[in-house]
Amino acid sequence: MADNIPAGSTTEGAITVGHPADARVSAAPSYDVADFPVPHGREEEWRFTPLERLRGLHDGTAKANGGLRVDVTAPEGVTVETVDRTDARVGKAGKPADRVVAQAFSSFEKASVVSIPKDLVLTEPVRIAVHGEGGTAYGHQVIEIGAFAEAVVVIDHTGDATLAANVEYLIGDGAKLTVVSVQDWDDSAVHVAQHTALVGRDARFKSVIVTFGGDLVRLHPRVIYGAPGGDAELFGLYFTDEGQHQEHRLFIDHDTPHCRSNVTYKGALQGKDAHAIWIGDVLIRAAAEGTDTYELNRNLILTDGARVDSVPNLEIETGEIAGAGHASATGRFDDEQLFYLMSRGIPTIEARRLVVRGFFGELVQQIGLPDLEERLMAKIDAELEASV
Amino acid sequence: MATLEIHDLHVSVEAENGPREILRGVDLTVKQGETHAIMGPNGSGKSTLAYSVAGHPKYTITSGTVTLDGEDILAMTVDERARAGLFLAMQYPVEVPGVSVSNFLRTSATAIRGEAPKLRTWVKEVKSAMEQLQMDPAFAERNVNEGFSGGEKKRHEILQLELLKPKIAILDETDSGLDVDALRQVSEGVNRVRETGEVGTLLITHYTRILRYIKPDFVHVFSNGRIAESGGAELADKLENEGYEAYSTKGGASA
Repeated sequence: MADNIPAGSTTEGAITVGHPADARVSAAPSYDVADFPVPHGREEEWRFTPLERLRGLHDGTAKANGGLRVDVTAPEGVTVETVDRTDARVGKAGKPADRVVAQAFSSFEKASVVSIPKDLVLTEPVRIAVHGEGGTAYGHQVIEIGAFAEAVVVIDHTGDATLAANVEYLIGDGAKLTVVSVQDWDDSAVHVAQHTALVGRDARFKSVIVTFGGDLVRLHPRVIYGAPGGDAELFGLYFTDEGQHQEHRLFIDHDTPHCRSNVTYKGALQGKDAHAIWIGDVLIRAAAEGTDTYELNRNLILTDGARVDSVPNLEIETGEIAGAGHASATGRFDDEQLFYLMSRGIPTIEARRLVVRGFFGELVQQIGLPDLEERLMAKIDAELEASV
Repeated sequence: MATLEIHDLHVSVEAENGPREILRGVDLTVKQGETHAIMGPNGSGKSTLAYSVAGHPKYTITSGTVTLDGEDILAMTVDERARAGLFLAMQYPVEVPGVSVSNFLRTSATAIRGEAPKLRTWVKEVKSAMEQLQMDPAFAERNVNEGFSGGEKKRHEILQLELLKPKIAILDETDSGLDVDALRQVSEGVNRVRETGEVGTLLITHYTRILRYIKPDFVHVFSNGRIAESGGAELADKLENEGYEAYSTKGGASA
């Protein structure tokens, strides 16, 4: 068992990782911020992140001062609680993987727990509205879904905030959980969070991460399988504008046999110093026979001055797998493409929209939530309109 | 009757050591229903003429005029030129990832016609145009030019020509890289459009081969950035026999 368990909490059911899952990171995951050195920016896990824009979240100088409103709207049968860190569910999905999210774990005061009891099939989503009012906050959210229950949870981030947070998903055996996290922040917000899913036996987890806003957004979706038969689908969509830093760092820890993961992240970038980072780490451990995994990242650069770093990593410790692969490609919407479309009578804005809608369309359809699809397409159109 | 008039057109491109003049005074009039072949050696400026008229940003018009039915084409954006009735079938059409052929064609037809074509008649129209060009229906679901063979790209260009029904069509080396069967099918597509009598065609080619399928009314020999000689179809036969040697640029200074 790990040494850094918060007083009174338990790690029963948690996965103890004996060595850093990725040997290149500077410290093993831990609940305690003191286990992580203050990053200087050259570490593998920090090398893309402009530390000076983290507003002290990384070096202990950022003090919580509130200014974050969280409203949960839940259908009948769902329990919403505010608990102390001593609650057994807090920290159960897994440990924070870097200094900022460990800081969040060490610093949050109260955690919010949303519980969907076993066998309950929700027809309406649980909505969690996180609205920043300009302050600095450390958050902790747990979403627990019981065996064979089914739910969609939508987490919406708006306003301005400096937020470091952990979100945990505890997914019971045979349950189905879809979580949509929309980062629709004002362009001044800083948001660093780890989303850790502990997927039960034969459970299905679908994560949809949508990042439009923020000055700096850095998210770590992580998947850990508690038992065989788990299935995780991770979709992501980002639209990075001038000056924005949007970083998505995924880690899927296949340490359990016969689990499946499928990752598709797509991003469009426009404007000077728009910077998107996508890291996809998949580890298939020796015990994880029968694993089936695929990850894909596609980027579309719409203007000069934008930059993408896309780094898929696949580490395989057993040959007894069903499939493993990854792909990454970054393309440009260039003058020649624009000329071609315009030479067929299509105006500039329409040409851009055609290309970007086409690029995201397939992904948006895969999400399988019609309300969200419309909202995303409308948002993408708005981003494009704003740019011309 | 639609008329494209090019008068004393001078065009430069930005080169390493400053602007370089490629077109040096082109005069040409193409009327609806006519077919003009522009022939000439590599680097004589044939393609530059095509792209300058279409409005490619790489080319700078330094002097001269281009009008379509009296309207100043050069003052228009690229998409306005297309909506005014100009069409350029490109030699190397670019890939547009994420955009399916069917979506592209419909968006384009909507822009050119000023309203979205009625879905039922549109589907029929596209289907029959594709059949005539011997294109697999599955083609419509592929992304524009992505992974297309040379022949598929050219068929796709001519498919657009048939659907968009321009007043003036410029075909830039549509014959290059095609085998005989593909050349015949593509030429038949061009001829179907020509037979309507509603299009003026400017056929740019290096070889006389395509002229066996598409009979020009006028042939112009391009050399050193201008039209060196004009004549009827018989001029093509002369070129077939004698080549471009009589027109070749001394010292190879031209682009």
